[in-house]
Order: sequence, then C-alpha cells, then structure tokens
Amino acid sequence: MTTKKMAIIATKGTLDMAYPPFILASTAAALGYDVQIFFTFYGLQLLKKDLSDVKISPLANPAMPMPIPMPVMVQMLPGMESMATMMMKQKLAKHGVASLEELRDLCLEADVKFVACQMTVDLFEMDKREFIDNVEYGGASMFFGFAGETDICLFV
Amino acid sequence: MKFDKEFDASGMSCPLPIVKTKKALADMESGQVLRVIATDCGAVKDMQAFADQTGHTLLSNTEEGGKYVFMMKKK
Repeated sequence: MTTKKMAIIATKGTLDMAYPPFILASTAAALGYDVQIFFTFYGLQLLKKDLSDVKISPLANPAMPMPIPMPVMVQMLPGMESMATMMMKQKLAKHGVASLEELRDLCLEADVKFVACQMTVDLFEMDKREFIDNVEYGGASMFFGFAGETDICLFV
Repeated sequence: MKFDKEFDASGMSCPLPIVKTKKALADMESGQVLRVIATDCGAVKDMQAFADQTGHTLLSNTEEGGKYVFMMKKK
C-alpha cells in the first residue's frame, strides 16, 4: 500500500482559523498520511514560538456565538479582542479541546512537515528567530513539488 | 475481555482521542489489545474510521456508565 499524502495551505492567523490546519494535519498523520502544511501570509503567525498573539475578534465575525448580543459599536472598544480570546480559550479548555501549542507539538511529533513561505517572511520583515525550529523555508514551487502528488489538498 | 494496555481519553475532544490512541499503539506489539475509554461521542465513529484506515481491528465498542469503551487490536 502506498502512503497517502495530504497538503494544507494555512493562510489565517486567528485563533479560530488556526485550529483546522493543526486538527486535520495531526489526524491525517495518525491515520498514516504523509502531511505537509504550507504557511503563508497570516498563517505564519502559527509558527511563532509564542502563540499569545493568535487571537479571535468578534468584529466582522457575526457567526461567533456570544453569551450576550453585542452591538458592533461595543465590539470595537479596546480590550474586547483580548476578552473574546480569553473567553474562547476557556471554552476550548472546558470542552477538552487541545491548545494550539499541544496540537502543533502533536503534528511535529507525528512528522508533519511545516513549510514557511519565504516571500511572506520577507514581505512582513519577520524575524525567523521568533519561529519554532522545525520549519523549512520555501516558495510556491516547493509546495507544488509535494502537493502535486497528494490525495488531499486543502486551502484554509 | 483481556487487554494489554489502557488509554483513558475521558474529557478529550477531537482529534485527541484518535491522535493519542495512535501514540498509545506505537510501543505495542502486533496482536496486542489496547483498551480506550472516551467521553467524546464523536469518538464512536472516529475510532471505527481510524481502524478501517490504519488496518488495526476494532474488536468491540461498548458504552459503560456514560463512557465509550473500545478494544483495539494492533495490526
């Protein structure tokens, strides 16, 4: 049996959108897939050693369930983003959902390969020292080298 | 039923029961049985799907006192 492969492009850097790539990658790896995640644009935030800047905002996110209805005028007040992030993290923990750090570690343990978009690193003048060690740097062609052979390819 | 190792995934949500079941199986011998306990109801279908896709055998799948108990035989 040949090993199945999955590639994911992770483009978002918010707390809610950080979960799907890591959940799918760790699960696929557990099922025996060879997995690679290509992090580009805001997705690069997910490779930082310190993930405390990965937040969720209720602003422009009308689908986010809120304990009480909150007008947009209130959502934009200072501190609302941190409060929403704290509430979301408490909710995740209460329901036994792993933290991003834990899921990311499980991916690495299962040999999921992380590729960071070099162009984005240069564009946003990001400091590679802020990223975790297990990251390769590359571009779109490098991604296609793997993605072209995959059974599943997702854009998140 | 006899088992060789137990993994308690109580309180864990997707994908942890599956990902950690895979880890628990890693240091076991072929033919040995892992008993997994979970509280996430999604694990019932996920554990069967995990077995189908990895070649391990799900020997049984029962509910005991509000918890789901799986017997997984390593391939």
